[in-house]
Amino acid sequence: MAEFFIVNPVGMGLLIVGKIFLLVIPLLVALAFLMYADRKIWAAVQMRRGPNVVGVFGLLQSFADFGKYIVKEVVVPAGADKSVFFMAPMVSLVMALIAWAVIPFNDGWVLSDINVAILYVFAVSSLEVYGVIMGGWASNSKYPFLGSLRSAAQMISYEVSIGLIIIGVIISAGSMNFGNIVLAQKGDWGLLNWFWLPHFPMLFLFLISALAETNRPPFDLPEAESELVAGYQVEYSSTPFLLFMIGELVAVVLMCALISLMFFGGWLSPVPFLPDGIFWMILKMGFVFFIISMIKAITPRYRYDQLMRLGWKVFLPFSLIWVVFVAFAAKFEWFWGIYARWTVGS
Amino acid sequence: MTQIDYARHAKYFLLQDFWGGMKLGLKYFFRPKVTLNYPHEKGPLSPRFRGEHALRRYPNGEERCIACKLCEAICPAQAITIDAEPREDGSRRTTRYDIDMTKCIYCGFCQEACPVDAIVEGPNFEFSTETREELFYDKTKLLENGDRWEAEIARNLELDAPYR
Repeated sequence: MAEFFIVNPVGMGLLIVGKIFLLVIPLLVALAFLMYADRKIWAAVQMRRGPNVVGVFGLLQSFADFGKYIVKEVVVPAGADKSVFFMAPMVSLVMALIAWAVIPFNDGWVLSDINVAILYVFAVSSLEVYGVIMGGWASNSKYPFLGSLRSAAQMISYEVSIGLIIIGVIISAGSMNFGNIVLAQKGDWGLLNWFWLPHFPMLFLFLISALAETNRPPFDLPEAESELVAGYQVEYSSTPFLLFMIGELVAVVLMCALISLMFFGGWLSPVPFLPDGIFWMILKMGFVFFIISMIKAITPRYRYDQLMRLGWKVFLPFSLIWVVFVAFAAKFEWFWGIYARWTVGS
Repeated sequence: MTQIDYARHAKYFLLQDFWGGMKLGLKYFFRPKVTLNYPHEKGPLSPRFRGEHALRRYPNGEERCIACKLCEAICPAQAITIDAEPREDGSRRTTRYDIDMTKCIYCGFCQEACPVDAIVEGPNFEFSTETREELFYDKTKLLENGDRWEAEIARNLELDAPYR
């Protein structure tokens, strides 16, 4: 029986499909609760109660919303390019979901253990912008188009600094595989061995860039309600809108996962005497998500020129200088070699 | 040579505003919630609260309204329509007393104008309906409201009396 899944091509295919379901279904269920958590945190900061009617403490609110979106009528604008219009949310969601293929949750718990994992995530998350642009363009409406243009420029600008920050981490870890990046952070001192310490300023740069990349507040300019109604989502309704929303949140959670893996040591335990495990990974992702939710609650929206200035004139030079610094620090093993933690090929 | 404000730049790069905001946010995060859990909890109402209209009766069951039409005259939204003729026993009573609740602005002038405290605005504010027609109140509906809310209305009028 076990041979069928290892030798037979059909069996191997089935095994992969099974693994995909094992990843995607818990992810989407977790997403429903994260959406609820997001609203609850936002509400709490504003001293509101948040959703509290559906289920115990409103825990089933997201599922109720889901049902509601599904049964609504799909409205297509008269001048819309139908095929592109419906492809856009699918692109958005699919691109957000396939990036999860290379995210490990525990030692070896990864769908596709490829060597260029971090590059793959970066490539796929860059493609997400196409969903937004296609949605805005296909709607054949002014505000969605303006929103999608903003979004395109914003995502591209911040990808530059994200890329440079990632290069710093790659130099330190000596690998682009997430498993190796996490293992490079393993050490005798628990959380002091993680990359947040040597790459300290980059942690914040990455967090802020991740917010801009995923169109989260305070950089939610593509959907600035006060100016653009809801940006590229204006003409969307029902299930396509739901797909956009899920895609966006999946991307946010992906960024949480990236931050946990690259800066907080993934599944490693923060104190040496406790065992490592998936528990830590989920806890760290939850913590980062909490911070992102809090930021949504406490920050006002950036103006567009401020956003561009921050991206190109602050983040880009800063991360560029940091990459050079990390390269030297790793090569000559400055600071007791904390910048050079190659697990492979050293 | 432009002067560089180092303090401001330091503040910017150390994300000082962000930390301040985070601190404030967390402080409010743990504060008790101010929201009323509405259908289960309700806020206090003043005795002067102007809600749904009602036509009152005397304790012996006789309706108070004497069809003087002062309310109809004063109504700024012209929401009230009254027809009247003498009843069989010779007293003047309304045959028709309609309030269009979709027009009413809840100013309370009808209540002020009424010489016999017949038309009043009670404490009820939860009278939404599913159709527009249901909001065209007639005399039967208003008298029904009066019977239903008499206890509260009488108490409110009594509490408010010293200030009138």
